[in-house]
Amino acid sequence: MEQTINILFNGLSLSSIILLTSLGLAITFGVMRVINMAHGEFVMIGAYMTFVVQQLFAKFLPESIGGLYYFVAIIAAFGVAFGLGSLLEKFVISRLYGREIDSLLATWGISLILQQGARSIFGSQGVNVTAPSFLSGGITLGECTFSYNRIFIILLVALCMGAVWLVMYKSNFGRQMRAVMQNRPMAQCMGINSRKVDNLTFAMGSGFAGIAGCSVALLGSIDSTVGQSYIVNSFMAVVLGGVGNLIGTVIGSGIIGISSIFTENYTSSTIAKAVVLLIVIVFLQKRPQGLFVIKSRNLD
Amino acid sequence: MNIARKFLSTIAASTVVLGAFGLMGCNEDKAAESTSVKVGLLHSLTGPMAISEKSVRDAEVLAIEQINKAGGVLGKQIVFVEEDGASEPSTFATKAEKLIDIEKVATVFGCWTSSSRKAVKPIFEEYKSLLWYPVQYEGMEMSPNIVYTGAAPNQQIVPAIEYLISKGYKKLFLLGSDYVFPRTANMIINAQAKAAGISVVGEEYADMDQTDFAAIIAKIEAAKPDVIVNTLNGTGNVSFFKQMSEKNYSSKEYMTMSFSIAEEEVATIGPAILKGHLVSWNYYQTTSTPENTAFVAAYKEKFGANRVTSDPAEAAYDAVYLWAEAVKAAKSFEVDAVLAAIKSGSISYKAPEGVVAIDGKSQHLAKPVRVGEVSEDGLIKEVYATAAPVAPDPYLTTYDWAVKAGLQPLN
Repeated sequence: MEQTINILFNGLSLSSIILLTSLGLAITFGVMRVINMAHGEFVMIGAYMTFVVQQLFAKFLPESIGGLYYFVAIIAAFGVAFGLGSLLEKFVISRLYGREIDSLLATWGISLILQQGARSIFGSQGVNVTAPSFLSGGITLGECTFSYNRIFIILLVALCMGAVWLVMYKSNFGRQMRAVMQNRPMAQCMGINSRKVDNLTFAMGSGFAGIAGCSVALLGSIDSTVGQSYIVNSFMAVVLGGVGNLIGTVIGSGIIGISSIFTENYTSSTIAKAVVLLIVIVFLQKRPQGLFVIKSRNLD
Repeated sequence: MNIARKFLSTIAASTVVLGAFGLMGCNEDKAAESTSVKVGLLHSLTGPMAISEKSVRDAEVLAIEQINKAGGVLGKQIVFVEEDGASEPSTFATKAEKLIDIEKVATVFGCWTSSSRKAVKPIFEEYKSLLWYPVQYEGMEMSPNIVYTGAAPNQQIVPAIEYLISKGYKKLFLLGSDYVFPRTANMIINAQAKAAGISVVGEEYADMDQTDFAAIIAKIEAAKPDVIVNTLNGTGNVSFFKQMSEKNYSSKEYMTMSFSIAEEEVATIGPAILKGHLVSWNYYQTTSTPENTAFVAAYKEKFGANRVTSDPAEAAYDAVYLWAEAVKAAKSFEVDAVLAAIKSGSISYKAPEGVVAIDGKSQHLAKPVRVGEVSEDGLIKEVYATAAPVAPDPYLTTYDWAVKAGLQPLN
């Protein structure tokens, strides 16, 4: 019984981390169809921002409010990743729309530049963030211990999901965004500034990657390659869920997270990785469009 | 016709000029050679291994400078040529060949990972050159062209397990990164545990870039070991210990014995999390010898007060001094003569960790073994040390249980 609860909680926790890292990708790759290889580096930037904000708090503010740094870090990580994402879109991605292979190579190059940049600024030695006091440790119920920071990550994901849903489906900007992605010329005819929409959409996707970085920082060390460990799972979650569909990404992350924890529990981590890949491949053979398909009226 | 002649004469003239430059170059080289000797440093300055190899490289540079300041070796100043292995075994191989064949260095100090050492080994053997390898490793190797200044398994792993047994630990859980060192180490530990009548209740390997240890921790909880023997390497250690601590586990609930956590790693992971856990090495920054006090002071002065010394850095520092001792004994920089001096078994050096001597047969060092406990200030305090330096035994041939288990090198 306790083992089942453990597997479920760990699976849910891993799924929530995958979902948080793929949320931004669901927007940039899913909605805009840009294969952004530098997505993982935005996660890394978010993680380093957490570290920077923590250092600043430790230096300039009294210890009693030190725990609050984490909330400031989330905002800072979103802001910095949002800004860099906007710049990246303006100067690189916008010149490569419709040229998927080119944008794949260009963003891969940018990911290398960002990694080296991080090494030059922070050194090649990994840095570490101490979880704020209200997130350290865990709560023990019966035989199972649920760690606070994993519970927090699950809540954070729910919050981000809510925010994305609100923006995409309830705001004016969201309507414009969906209009541009579904039928660009028609949207332009209706007076929507599609350049601006593209830019903001990409920046928003990058911003969520920054938030993912904050949560990743709680779990392990931060170095220039930290984003790389998450990028593959994120792409798989988006593709599995059906490109362009938010609910699909949620379910895709869930399938990958829970099946990898479940398999790892009975085999080893290497085999678990292979099994998850196999599940994804077999599934996409049967259903190449992913779990959910957007029904739209565009003509392609 | 005219143009062709002009062209030819230009070539002829430039050949003469170039030739003159070439001769001048040679002369300069010869002049420099008479007062200095070239050695090679071959470590990863970029890539994931740069984190670890930097401290080793720095220790080697420090030793070279100190020797030079004291007058050099056989009256010559040591000049080092540095190449970057870039954390890539194939790059290590190319750069090793470059150092030996083009730079004509007298010896090379280098490598960290076993895969990089295995990549350069055939090159050093082919060119009959000499490599000093400064890191503890899985053993089961004895190249005539390598001197191993880090610990062999019987100078780190075996005594650590003996210590755990003497403290009454009976159920081991083996956790490691998935590559040759942890797998070989665990093969040895399995044989040792079987002979001692204690049980291994689980054995797990994590990918090098694994970030989520939830499933592995669940397995540890299910297996209920009383000590975890940890051969994780690199960032895996940070994730593992952080995620243990977020489940409220400290050294009280699950004691760990680690083989790849030194002072540098403690600083990264955080002493608060690692407090009370055990590690096994030959040297700690806190080791109390007068040589170590001087070494730590010099290291901090040169590289910054916030830097810490560690076992691999100390072993690398020793390597340079031991080479100098061997050269002095051989009265020559020639590899054959230096190797002959090493083989005589008479080369020793009063190192920060205590007196270390090169065993002529295996070309490993006799080293003291120390089990340490991580303390709150991030340093490691010694809780047990062997009475005398332990003789190296890379193939564990002097241990009955190892011979009986028929341990073989893994590939």
